[in-house]
Amino acid sequence: MTTPPSPALLSLEHAEKSFGAVHALVDGDIELRAGEVHGLVGENGAGKSTLVKILAGVHRPDAGRLLIDGEEAIFDNAKQSQAAGIAIIFQEPTLFPDLSVAENIFVGMQPLKRFRRIDGRRMRREAAGVFGQLGVRVDPDRIARGLSIADQQLVEIAKALTTNARVIVMDEPTAALTSTEVERLFGIVETLRARGNAVLFVSHRLEEIFAICQRVTVMRDGRHVLTRPIGELTIPAVIRAMVGRDMDALFPKVPAEAGRTVLKVEHLTREGVFTDVSFEVRAGEIVALAGLVGAGRTEVARAIFGIDRFDAGTVEVQGRRLPPGSPTAAMGAGVGLVPEDRRQQGLVMDFSIERNIALASLHNVSRGGLIPRGAERRFARDWALRLQLKYGRLANPAWTLSGGNQQKVVLAKWLARSPSLLIVDEPTRGIDVGTKAEVHRLLSELAAQGVAVLMISSELPEVLGMADRIVVLFEGRIMREFTRAEATEDAIMHAATGLVEEAA
Amino acid sequence: MTAIAEERTTIERRGSSHAVAEFLLRFRELGIVLALVLVFGGTSADNTNFLSATNVQQILSGAAIIALLAIGETIVVVTRNVDLSIGSVLGIAAYATGVLYVHHPHVSLVVVFMLAIAIGVACGVVNGLVVTVARVPSLVVTLGTLYIIRGIDGAWSGGNQVNASMLPDSFNKIGYGTLAGVPYLGIIAIVAVAIATYAMRSFRTARDFYAIGSDPDAARLAGIPVGRRVFLAFVLSGAIAGLAGAFWLSLYGSVDAIAGVGYEFQVIAAVVVGGVAIFGGSGTVFGAALGALLLNTIYSALVVVNVSSFWSQAFSGGLLVAAIAFDRLVAVRVAPALRTRRRARV
Repeated sequence: MTTPPSPALLSLEHAEKSFGAVHALVDGDIELRAGEVHGLVGENGAGKSTLVKILAGVHRPDAGRLLIDGEEAIFDNAKQSQAAGIAIIFQEPTLFPDLSVAENIFVGMQPLKRFRRIDGRRMRREAAGVFGQLGVRVDPDRIARGLSIADQQLVEIAKALTTNARVIVMDEPTAALTSTEVERLFGIVETLRARGNAVLFVSHRLEEIFAICQRVTVMRDGRHVLTRPIGELTIPAVIRAMVGRDMDALFPKVPAEAGRTVLKVEHLTREGVFTDVSFEVRAGEIVALAGLVGAGRTEVARAIFGIDRFDAGTVEVQGRRLPPGSPTAAMGAGVGLVPEDRRQQGLVMDFSIERNIALASLHNVSRGGLIPRGAERRFARDWALRLQLKYGRLANPAWTLSGGNQQKVVLAKWLARSPSLLIVDEPTRGIDVGTKAEVHRLLSELAAQGVAVLMISSELPEVLGMADRIVVLFEGRIMREFTRAEATEDAIMHAATGLVEEAA
Repeated sequence: MTAIAEERTTIERRGSSHAVAEFLLRFRELGIVLALVLVFGGTSADNTNFLSATNVQQILSGAAIIALLAIGETIVVVTRNVDLSIGSVLGIAAYATGVLYVHHPHVSLVVVFMLAIAIGVACGVVNGLVVTVARVPSLVVTLGTLYIIRGIDGAWSGGNQVNASMLPDSFNKIGYGTLAGVPYLGIIAIVAVAIATYAMRSFRTARDFYAIGSDPDAARLAGIPVGRRVFLAFVLSGAIAGLAGAFWLSLYGSVDAIAGVGYEFQVIAAVVVGGVAIFGGSGTVFGAALGALLLNTIYSALVVVNVSSFWSQAFSGGLLVAAIAFDRLVAVRVAPALRTRRRARV
């Protein structure tokens, strides 16, 4: 590097943090310079979130130093972190749904007029001004409830700008964004960088890190592994540093003979949500439902499983028609659903691991209407072993597990019912690379055993690597169907954005 | 289906989703006013006495006490808490005021009201501390203090009663006096509600209450001192309940150990009917006060048309459930409208 590095706005040195017996952070180091976008990567449990929360003033490190402009700082609460010029954009933005967008931006620091009254007009004007700087249109007067995740992030970013934050931390900002929204966000990140801000960009998606970051820090098991300019790294090198070992094929789908039709969906329609959706999934097949967020993929899955009703069309599983709106009937026909949001919908977080695993198989476990603890535990231990679940004790609540292991519990719950059709919605969202590969291997094995798998995924490499066939939805309609051989990233993106060329 | 679709298009034509929320809020307050007109009209058609000056003044004075209490309750409910102890606080403050006059007949009004407020503040401090420091849900804490304070009140009064004859006329006059036909208490409540409504819109601390009720975790992350604000909400609610106790005594003239029993539910019903979300985050003092006026009018209307007071209780319960059901319905209907706006914008 010929140019001298710009000065560090913020650096965290040898930070440690433990929660009881868990050492979340053993040696956390990060240095952020003015005018750089700095990537932070690592598997789940690598300590990224803890590090971010230390910067946010949510956690206080047990040891180590935090320097702002070269001077030592200690944050006892979020307010002090804000005052020091640090703004955090969390993965799930924490807006106040009942307050207006402008109020959300200025919460706690509203512009005042005489007698310390809030100057509502100035507040709205300034909010509109910030959105103007960011080049986006959001109505400052609307309430925050109902904003898309992307717009919610914009509100948070606008908030960061009004506080004159110099360090902006984005914790997995793209996890729930569509590709257009990601592009818009990247544009904004670039604007922030050009203004001389330091941006810490935490992401699981390495392509994104390589697209916008100047430097990358890799963490593993609560420790700093390396920090290097992006030019000196490659994606495989970063993955190696993250997992501490070489990853061979990320998506090992073994080809399997497609058998009889397990799921047959015909002309499925739900007013205003999806229209005339027809496709089949055969035994041994993995069929991916691709499309942008909001294209209706999850909604189709929910309708098949009977969570939502549908207005027209039919769903047949193994030749039996399912009544609309009955998950019980769907389960009886051998359908399992691993939902998108495992914390809210996939697991009962306060229940023990064993109880969660046995939850859908109580008919197997119970004796005379009672559930013997021992039987439940034996049942759960068996499945925990098969899926190589990493846990403390089976009696611990499910929230003690990492994201990847939580997902395994959800999978175990359904596998225990030996389903003929398994619907998995974003099976690897927010899961670290190592566990991700395991989930893929598991799905692939299931297919090989003759289970029909319907997979919804926003990650194209995952779709391309795992699926035998790909059904692309756009605004609630099937745009195209690809076989594994036909599918390319470009073709799927084209269809997903509604740009399918009629001639082709 | 068509009704919903039509409604959606009208909403969209209004230009912004803010207008949607605004409209529904207005709609709620308009709805209450409409209900008031209906109750007044219907009842006076049955019995013209219902519209007599005395009766309207009585309704207004009674509603004034509930509306005052509703100010404090709104503040607490907006923070996603609840204060069930206000009826007991009102009772003990009213009794203390009476006893003060019995022992010191010439004490100044300022001292009397200061005492009533101080008692309320003390109760609010206890509620607020247990809720924020010991982190006990407010429902449990204030249910406890409801009985504790009532118990203390009962032990203290021991079956004694303070009568209007033991109170100076300057004090009683607050209860029965009128200005241009409007009872003093009504004027006091209107002024208090107006100030509180404005303050809840215009001060940072007040907006913090809304933020906390909207999402307590987000409030903490935003650096809002959640504990201190919730504590303040309980102290304010207590102070207002204490003050309302003194007014209550001036209105009814005599006080024993059961003054204000059951008021907490009347007030919460008024607050909810008035459009304050029971899970916090939204609602106005003005709406809550309108709710108080409506419920009080309905009670006396039912008496006038000779419906037993048991039925009037059942009726207010029904109205409470209907109000909450209405809120859910509105939320469900507004949600797609808000989402539609987003899509149109992106």
